[in-house]
Amino acid sequence: MPMETKTLIGKDVPRTDGRAKATGQAIYADDIKLPGMLYGKLLRSPLPHARILSIDTRRAAAMPGVRCVITGQDIPRVTYGNWRLFPGTQDEYALAMDKVRFIGDEVAAVAAVDRETAQAAIEQIYVEYEELPGVFDVDASLATGAPVVHDTSPTNISIDRKIAYGDIEAGFAASDYVREDTFTVHAVSHAYMEPCACVAQSDLDGRITLWTSTQTPYIVQCLLASTMNMRENDIRVIKPAVGGGFGGKMELRPWEFCAAFMARKTGRPVKFTLTREEELAFGRRRHPMTIHSKVGFKNDGTLVAKDLHIYLDGGAYNAMGPTATFLSGNFGAMLYRYPSYRYLGEHVYTNKPPASAMRGFGAPQTLFAAETQMNIAAEELGIDPIQIRLKNAMVSGDELPGVATISSCGFVESLKEVRRISGWSRKRKNLKTGRGVGIGCYSFISGGVFNWFNTQYPFSAAEVRAFDDGTVHLLSMASDIGQGSDTVLKQILAETLGLKMEDIRLTAADTAMTPQADLGTWGSRVTLMAGNAVLDAANKIKERLAGAVSARYNLNVIFDIEFADGRVYAAGKPDRGMTFGEAVAFVQKTQRGEPLVARGSYTPRGKGLVSPAFSFGAQVAEVTVDTDTGQIQVEKMWTAHDCGTVLNPMAVEGQLEGSVQMGLGYALSEQFVMDGGKTLNTTFLDYKMPNAADMPPGESVCIDTFEPEGPMGAKEAGEGLASPTAPAIAEAVFHATGYRCKDLPITPEKVLKGLGKL
Amino acid sequence: MKHDISLTVNGDTYTLAVEAWRTLNEVLREDLNLTGTKLGCGSGDCGACTVIVDGKSVSSCLTLAVEMDGRRILTVEGLAPSGETLHPIQEAFIEKGAIQCGFCTPGMELSALHLLKTNPLPSDTQIRSAISGNLCRCTGYNKIVDAIAEAGRRMDPPSKTGR
Ligand code: FES
Ligand code: FES
Repeated sequence: MPMETKTLIGKDVPRTDGRAKATGQAIYADDIKLPGMLYGKLLRSPLPHARILSIDTRRAAAMPGVRCVITGQDIPRVTYGNWRLFPGTQDEYALAMDKVRFIGDEVAAVAAVDRETAQAAIEQIYVEYEELPGVFDVDASLATGAPVVHDTSPTNISIDRKIAYGDIEAGFAASDYVREDTFTVHAVSHAYMEPCACVAQSDLDGRITLWTSTQTPYIVQCLLASTMNMRENDIRVIKPAVGGGFGGKMELRPWEFCAAFMARKTGRPVKFTLTREEELAFGRRRHPMTIHSKVGFKNDGTLVAKDLHIYLDGGAYNAMGPTATFLSGNFGAMLYRYPSYRYLGEHVYTNKPPASAMRGFGAPQTLFAAETQMNIAAEELGIDPIQIRLKNAMVSGDELPGVATISSCGFVESLKEVRRISGWSRKRKNLKTGRGVGIGCYSFISGGVFNWFNTQYPFSAAEVRAFDDGTVHLLSMASDIGQGSDTVLKQILAETLGLKMEDIRLTAADTAMTPQADLGTWGSRVTLMAGNAVLDAANKIKERLAGAVSARYNLNVIFDIEFADGRVYAAGKPDRGMTFGEAVAFVQKTQRGEPLVARGSYTPRGKGLVSPAFSFGAQVAEVTVDTDTGQIQVEKMWTAHDCGTVLNPMAVEGQLEGSVQMGLGYALSEQFVMDGGKTLNTTFLDYKMPNAADMPPGESVCIDTFEPEGPMGAKEAGEGLASPTAPAIAEAVFHATGYRCKDLPITPEKVLKGLGKL
Repeated sequence: MKHDISLTVNGDTYTLAVEAWRTLNEVLREDLNLTGTKLGCGSGDCGACTVIVDGKSVSSCLTLAVEMDGRRILTVEGLAPSGETLHPIQEAFIEKGAIQCGFCTPGMELSALHLLKTNPLPSDTQIRSAISGNLCRCTGYNKIVDAIAEAGRRMDPPSKTGR
């Protein structure tokens, strides 16, 4: 009988870079130092909206120790932004050409022998501006006669996205209960602990090597090539250890361009390291949104129609906003069966730091609205919030017409489990005023199907080289930015080949050395897509080795070949077999010395427009609210979620717990304080993200499903969980006090106002 | 003007000339190439730069190098000096899943060391308060708290824990 027990899958395999990180040996971009290296610094706009009349760099350039000063006039006039699928939406230059559009917009760059000189030189660059009136929120930006941020978008709407199916008017006409609300959500920071940094080197032959803190080395490679007027293959991007990204490191960034450009000009390596102040004051952030949502129900709680209109406050450039605009529409239609649905998303320019992708990519905002509205409807229809969800929950096989098919779905089970472990029914009835429980749910994508980057390569690829010493070398462009994908990819490979984790050497995320291509770490795509590519390559290796063993032992073709414990053998006949290394040697002999190498790839096909697979989950929060001070204490969080086969429970739990930290901050404490386009809270002292003492205890259950499209049945676990926490807490606050928050974050002040005490 | 200082880092003594405004963090990372100590904020708010100076945990980003004359400093590179056997804190961090991106890890480990030196078997609340100056954006802290508790048990003599 073949033994189908898994030795590595579903196990708490510790991450394989753990030792390097625990000992301080892991190398992050700012740790890199090359001989002759120069230090770069950016000059940024102090004004939110202004025309550049002149820039005088002479004083700076003449300073001792300054090797290079560049402005928009020195670089190719090639735009980037929103990747490259829709050239019309690429609205950004690495350095401003004639106008600045937000406080922090990059205007010039300096490379000097040390940091202090670079900083001093920046202060010697004189820019003459003609200040223009600015727009700082969506309403102002859309007002008639509002200042125009980009001449290409006279209405300040840079892009819109529509989705529609079913007969929405008939749906509302047939509804017994129609609810209409406007929700607003705010900007928050990714606040990855590692500030962005990069080092660029011009190679001996003029090609560029760039080490950068990125989630998307391939995309940086391609966009750096186009903006530098170079060929893609002349750019090599290497991702060192990355200290978190959460969506904030998935574009080409001005400092990457400036480092490469100035390295080429000076012939010396150039490093840029951002300060935390730059990160918080000028960095990308999650989109603030104004969300108008109208839903229709039958009296029994059955959903009939939904009309969703969202304005995304995009800030000064598109960044990844157009993608977020599309995805928000998809997330608005997830979780429940909406017989008719209409979505209009409009991405609006304002004179603020650009918003972009951030963990959830539109879902935390859209689902805060959708889940809160579901809770409102439950309340008004007199149905338990979990009951109304069960009534409308998506199930496996459901379709979003023309958009996606849900191939596996553990949502109903998640709802039931979270109800059970949280003691929901009892608490909903019995908790005293000031204490409450609430629910929020999510569904998320496991990578995108749409070819957002217009790549000519597979979405993920892997190469496996097998050696006669019983080891293998995996090459993959997938980017581990802390989530642990390197470890999971090794687990998948080791499990498939019957090897141990330590038998696998990995080269990852080096665009010159790893197979083309991988679209990077975003949209929770890595485990599914890179995992499938690894599996594909591994299976090809297996096929070859199985053939060798079969030939060596003259096995009947009907025999299965097993791979376990570093051996390859006929199923049920362990003596008819050899070690993995011997089998590799055997194959190698049959091909006269040629090494045993296989390439695998994955590109989703026939999977609709959005994603090959969807995760689901439900979360319950219990809170205590002090009705005199408005202070909210989250007592506990319960989560039940479906991420398909759990490849590494410890890693999945880590994603969940990290998501709760971010969700808690989003719900209660984190927000950018802005004044006329200026971000006022630019330190961690003033930007309040939860610390260890702020975290509530938690309990969680993984729902066992098998995703047919996923590697070994797996799907995403990293991003969806960023969404349910805020609506769950908001509902718990309502349950505790009667105050309903439709405007994140939930501050004590809002609670007191809501209770009429302020 | 530069000042001559002599400091001991992880048991090795270095003599350097430093400008008055340079921080310990810069000297460690740039002059001594001890890049295990991170810089997450530069303003004393995140703990990524935590090192131990004469037995006390400090933010190296706020500490001037000139003040380090004659001091003994421990950085993450000195936690497991041999490089072969890891410190129980490092082992527990790896095994318990307390590390994701790893950027907060060196600072967390040193804050943990400082805590466990004074309070070998801390409660959950005590651990959380001891690392409340160390921010982590990846883990949600729970596994870090578990790892520190576990390290405490491993470091504590068995006679006291009954193990
Ligand atoms: S870098 Fe020193 S506390 Fe943040
Ligand atoms: S592990 Fe990434 S910041 Fe803590």
